[in-house]
Amino acid sequence: MDFASLLNAIPGAIGQGLIWGIMAIGLYITYRVLDFSDLTVDGTMATGAVVFIIALCDYNLNIWIAMVLAFLAGMAAGLMTGIFHTQMGIPPILSGILTQLSLYSINLLLLGNKANRNINTRNYDVLVSMRDAGKWAIDNPIFITLAILIVLIALLYWFFGTETGCALRATGCNQAMARAQGINTKVAKVIGLMVANGLVALSSAMLAQFSGTVDVKMGSGAIVIGLAAIIIGEALFGKLCQNFAFKLSTAVLGTVIYYVVINLVIQMGLPSQLMKLLTALVVAVFLAVPYWKNGLPAFLSGFSAYRKHMEKKEAKKNA
Amino acid sequence: MLDIKNVVKVFNPHTINEKVALNGLNLHLDEGDFVTVIGGNGAGKSTMLNAISGVWPVTRGKIEINGKDVTHLPEHKRASFLGRVFQDPMTGTAANMQIEENLALAFRRGKIHTLRKGITSAERKFYKEKLKMLGLGLEDRMTSKVGLLSGGQRQALTLLMATLKKPKLLLLDEHTAALDPRTASKVLEISNQIIEEDKLMTLMVTHNMRDAIRYGNRLIMMHEGRVILDIKGEEKKHLTVDMLLEQFAKASGDEFASDRALLSK
Ligand SMILES: Nc1ncnc2c1ncn2[C@@H]1O[C@H](COP(=O)(O)OP(=O)(O)O)[C@@H](O)[C@H]1O
Ligand SMILES: [Mg+2]
Repeated sequence: MDFASLLNAIPGAIGQGLIWGIMAIGLYITYRVLDFSDLTVDGTMATGAVVFIIALCDYNLNIWIAMVLAFLAGMAAGLMTGIFHTQMGIPPILSGILTQLSLYSINLLLLGNKANRNINTRNYDVLVSMRDAGKWAIDNPIFITLAILIVLIALLYWFFGTETGCALRATGCNQAMARAQGINTKVAKVIGLMVANGLVALSSAMLAQFSGTVDVKMGSGAIVIGLAAIIIGEALFGKLCQNFAFKLSTAVLGTVIYYVVINLVIQMGLPSQLMKLLTALVVAVFLAVPYWKNGLPAFLSGFSAYRKHMEKKEAKKNA
Repeated sequence: MLDIKNVVKVFNPHTINEKVALNGLNLHLDEGDFVTVIGGNGAGKSTMLNAISGVWPVTRGKIEINGKDVTHLPEHKRASFLGRVFQDPMTGTAANMQIEENLALAFRRGKIHTLRKGITSAERKFYKEKLKMLGLGLEDRMTSKVGLLSGGQRQALTLLMATLKKPKLLLLDEHTAALDPRTASKVLEISNQIIEEDKLMTLMVTHNMRDAIRYGNRLIMMHEGRVILDIKGEEKKHLTVDMLLEQFAKASGDEFASDRALLSK
């Protein structure tokens, strides 16, 4: 095993992790703040890139405008899931799956029935590129993505401190209370889904630049990666601080750690197609921890309750 | 003023679980009425308060608050007229949010949520004063998460939230039932004090007959989705638990024996 190539893989992994971190922040908003398991993201994580590449390469739009359009496309996806859930009464997970499926068709349609498409990064001056990840320069994607993350986290910190943001948080925490306080919980959920999916699409657009390619499957499993990132972040740093901006940052740190570990493991020879299986299992175990924590004592006390019940029966018989 | 006219609420209609929870309910409250509500389990007390709050649409009938027909208004729009405290201390507050953030949400009840700050420093001072009046020391813990509070503290806070912006109608649904006796009587005292000071039109459900007699200017008893007894004025002042039980027996007939057990003295 070549130690130098291991080391060389790290900057790229950090860049990749930071870009996916934007999507983890989006997922944090739906999963943690709104308490909504939003499967839309698997589709949005490709739609953002698709819209971006069309705006950039077919319409020759400015790169920032192309990214804003990707963000708006993500918001539209969130709106769709929101309407499925709040106006048609479809449960959260199914609403997300329906949008995700629709997006798969839409993405293919937009890509002209091709499964992928490349950005010729020599012709376009992209913001972040994998090639620059190892360079000690201002256009290193790590620095640029960090700057964008700081702006996004600051904006979200502000937003969730506003009246609207507080209404969203209350909705995610306790819907009965939120409605009793005059909050339209349907609107709150739709807004949250739109903001979250906008961020996911932005992450997707940046990933397209970073890797120089767009693929209709690039978002598959995104929700699991996002959950893994959130869980890793909370497990390692959750106890340190309760500040909202810090919590969002831990989701980003979680994604970075996830991608660094994954890249190292792959460099060390693990077949890359096993990564999703491993990720899924690790996430499953982490999700099970709170259940096991409560479950084990309850299980045991169930035994003792049964024993007491039998003892009482016995005593009655004897009396 | 509150007017409930011929309200019917059927749960799970046309199914095997069909349940007529409100069966042609009529009730009129005047400005400043403080009405205690008693009745056996399943009499429809909570259903009545939920119908007023708009938790779901009623099957038939009309509900007016201060002459305004709210029958078809969604729950969050009715919230501006109402203050509510629930039986379960978990229901009335957002556990993951700070005490002051919960108060700030209540302060904005019925207003459009903008992109202005969710809480201002001027408000904080106001909340501090209000919390002091509860006498529970919460004024020193304004940035604590509500989830850390005890049941009694949460109910007191919910009560404060419900009355922070003077509601047209205050709805209390056995809001002390989940508390230990000492805390319960304290929360009840605070409730009474706020209601009398602000002259709030109130419906207070309780399973405790003594409390129902002690508080308020009017007492109603519900049975099978209707008001079967309505006692006010001088008559209420001289009411005793035994008289109430006797009245209940007369009004509800043979159900008396089973329901008596459910009403505690
Ligand atoms: N959401 C619901 N769905 C079905 N049945 C309900 C619902 N809420 C209440 N009920 C039924 O309506 C009846 C009245 O309940 P409720 O108003 O809660 O009684 P209480 O007077 O004890 O507060 C009960 O039989 C109850 O089971
Ligand atoms: Mg009840």
